[in-house]
Amino acid sequence: MNWVAANTAQIVGLLLAHVAITIPAILLSVAVAVPLGRLAQASGRARGGILATTGILYAIPSLPLVIVIPAVFGLPLRSAATMIIALTVYGVALLARTAADAFASVPAEVAAAATATGHTSGAQFLHVELPLAMPVLIAGTRVVAMSTIGLATIGALIGIPSLGSLLTDGFQRGIAAEVATGIVLTLALAAVVDGSLWLAGRTSQPWTRVAGRARGVAA
Amino acid sequence: MPYTSAPSVQFDRLRVRYRDTDVLQDVSLTIEGGSFTVLLGPSGSGKTTLLRTVNRMVDPAGGRVLLDGSDVSLQNVVRLRRSIGYVMQASGLFPHRTVLDNVATVPRLLGVRREEARTTALAAMARVGLGPDLAHRYPSQLSGGQQQRVGVARALAAGPRIMLMDEPFGAVDPITRRALQHEIRQLHAGTGVTILFVTHDVDEALALGDRILVLDAGGRVAQDATPTGILTNPADDFVAEMLGTASGDRSLRIQDARGAELVVDRSGRPIGVLER
Repeated sequence: MNWVAANTAQIVGLLLAHVAITIPAILLSVAVAVPLGRLAQASGRARGGILATTGILYAIPSLPLVIVIPAVFGLPLRSAATMIIALTVYGVALLARTAADAFASVPAEVAAAATATGHTSGAQFLHVELPLAMPVLIAGTRVVAMSTIGLATIGALIGIPSLGSLLTDGFQRGIAAEVATGIVLTLALAAVVDGSLWLAGRTSQPWTRVAGRARGVAA
Repeated sequence: MPYTSAPSVQFDRLRVRYRDTDVLQDVSLTIEGGSFTVLLGPSGSGKTTLLRTVNRMVDPAGGRVLLDGSDVSLQNVVRLRRSIGYVMQASGLFPHRTVLDNVATVPRLLGVRREEARTTALAAMARVGLGPDLAHRYPSQLSGGQQQRVGVARALAAGPRIMLMDEPFGAVDPITRRALQHEIRQLHAGTGVTILFVTHDVDEALALGDRILVLDAGGRVAQDATPTGILTNPADDFVAEMLGTASGDRSLRIQDARGAELVVDRSGRPIGVLER
């Protein structure tokens, strides 16, 4: 605990750096994977192509990826942007299939009713398909968030500061408290983000909470 | 609100293909404005497909659909759909919207302000016997019969002059179904809106239609007649089989009872009255 008290400023700085990498990566993953998932629903061929491609992305080894990204995007090797892009690649790989499943879970009759009542395709996506896909999308996003927060620590290996820096530094210098702090804070951050997503999902889907409550009797 | 000029529907040499088969081949029919027409047929007869060519949820491979003489394929598709009431099974309700917001769907899409749309929706709900106490429930909190009424109210809220109904009462219990059928007849009598009603249930077709079109595979019209005409004079074995007269399991007949026409089964038990 002495070590923590003596290094509070550094710990807080690394926690903020971790947040500054992971939150944009999670948001970008959702922003890319959700349209891809919806596109995959358009046809069987689109689904096969999109899901196969995004699935393979997850198999790319992480260290080569973080070294290739600066070269491709013209970024400095040790920038937070490099890590954000790498984490987004994995996030999209993880979320695209779930997003496709989320849109597939929208009942065909409801989609037909949306068409029949004269929704434009944009309105149908925004006001019918997206809200109904939301429970599955939130579940998928929670998995991506956890994976992203854990994975961001590897940036420390190439010198991109995050809570992972506490792990590498602690190992090298043999400071157990530093390693423990890195692990605990990573898990704590994951728990907070997961809880927030759960709460956001719950409050944005009031209709899912009434199902099963007493039904009207009169026909 | 009275509908002064409910539109006619004309199917003109309509052909619909799905994959390599003709779901509809060369269907030509005229539905009179303000009529209550039932499309009766087994699954695979193309009755839902035929219905969906009217609001362009299905595009024909050949032929035309004319609504009040004007080709639907030349109309703005979104505007066309908003002007046509479409009712399907309860599973077509939006599960994430309250009853009120379900019913207000089309007015809201048309850009009517929220308060005004809700007033319209409450009026439409009242016409199908749904009280304002149900307005803020979700569809999952309603009984099957109430859900069906929400579906009808949603179609009515757009103030349509034509309603397409695709087996709307298929999933409710027989007693509720009878009540809903009675209400939809009254609604038709009160508004004069053109109704095209799809069902595979012979009793329902007889109870509802001014005119029944019996469809066989490929949308072939096996018979086009009034309920009385179909009962007294089935056009062929296919129609007779649908009625159950060929196999004798039901043998519906018509009997005169003090001026009203009574439908009776084989053992002489009355099962309904033809309201005409």
